[in-house]
Amino acid sequence: MSISWFKYAAPMNFYQLAGRLIPWFAWSAAILTGVGLYIAFFVAPTDFQQGEAYRVIFIHVPAAWMSMFIYLIMAFWSAVGLAWNTRLSFMMARALAPTGAVFAFLSLWTGALWGKPMWGAWWVWDARLTSALILFFLYVGLMALWSAIDDRRRGDRAGALLTLVGAINVPIIYFSVKWWNTLHQGSSINLMKAPTMASIMLTGMLVLAIAAWLYTLAVVLVRVRGIILERERQTEWVKELLEH
Amino acid sequence: MLRFLLAVIRRDLLLAARRKGDWLTSQFFFVMVVSMFPLGIGPEPNVLRMVAPGVVWVAALLASLLSLARLFAEDYRDGSLEQMLLSPNPPVLLALGKALAHWLIYGVPLLLIAPVLGIQFALPADAIGILMLSLLVGTPILSLLGSVGAALTLGLRGGGVLLTLLILPLYVPALIFGAGAVDSALSGLGWQAHLSLLAAFLMLTLLVAPWVASAALRVSIE
Repeated sequence: MSISWFKYAAPMNFYQLAGRLIPWFAWSAAILTGVGLYIAFFVAPTDFQQGEAYRVIFIHVPAAWMSMFIYLIMAFWSAVGLAWNTRLSFMMARALAPTGAVFAFLSLWTGALWGKPMWGAWWVWDARLTSALILFFLYVGLMALWSAIDDRRRGDRAGALLTLVGAINVPIIYFSVKWWNTLHQGSSINLMKAPTMASIMLTGMLVLAIAAWLYTLAVVLVRVRGIILERERQTEWVKELLEH
Repeated sequence: MLRFLLAVIRRDLLLAARRKGDWLTSQFFFVMVVSMFPLGIGPEPNVLRMVAPGVVWVAALLASLLSLARLFAEDYRDGSLEQMLLSPNPPVLLALGKALAHWLIYGVPLLLIAPVLGIQFALPADAIGILMLSLLVGTPILSLLGSVGAALTLGLRGGGVLLTLLILPLYVPALIFGAGAVDSALSGLGWQAHLSLLAAFLMLTLLVAPWVASAALRVSIE
């Protein structure tokens, strides 16, 4: 069976496809979140070192992963959009950014909640924390750029260029922050290395990570449908759709 | 090609020489920002010495962003930028020439002012030397990366603040390695590693930034 991938590069076809997919993603995200949170709060044992507070990682780790993945996916769509001039790619990049920023913020916030009982401080200038903060700043700058440019075509392309520059820079930022941190800080605080994580904890975390993926897919598809409607409002099919 | 590059640089230098007010504003901004810190922190020499590398470097970032907001703006307003992009010369060279001119006009003075500020902050002589060296290697990065931001935000409302939001996170490696070199010189550690990494970052920026900036200029002009 051959799938015609390019069929869905057209916003009209993608709009229909997204509409069919959203309920699946949304419901499975909801169910998996329920299962994951149940494991996190009732099944997973209390950690003998960290007590109950470690349970923050069930939210924290998936959020941190997603905030990084989403930036990579945005960079991918930006490159595709710039190379092949596909309208949908830019719409995807735009739809992804707010969710990425939310996850970046969530990972910082839950990190602070975890840090207070563990390290005794809401915030330390640890390498991972610092680079997560800078990633959050990158999302904010990108959304500020989009909101400042009224012209749609220019906004798409400018945002894509900035995303790509950021993507090249992210690893450099990460390593510079890491070296900066090891050089500056006496080893008063170290990110705890989970020695061997109990497998039930890992299961809960992975379930919630998959739930975060599915949630992202659902939310981004809803958002991209909105963007498609807004941009294609002059076309016949949108007018037809709105009349019904 | 080289002639075109030199022409772009000479033109910007001439324009800057005819408009000294703009040029001086940026330099005095740098001096004033740095001079505010002792007033806020207190005159204790040990503390000042400790914060000096970071303070000077952050002020250099801000000063360069302040002048970068105008990098393409004047040429954009009077239409000469469009003419230069329409000319058969490669736009990459235009972006590169503009960034290099910006460095000569705004970057080089910073590293000449830096020793005076270093004395204000009770830095020893060898640390001042490293500070100048780190600024020599680091300020071209600021101009090159900043030219990308200036091209992206060309003609937008609130362009200056927006430019800061976009570009400051990208400056992080330059800040870390630049201030880090001075820091290690102060604490008697080797500073060569920091400067090597800073130079590597400069090479990468030199390779990528002019292309992205010229692409951004085309996006912003059309």
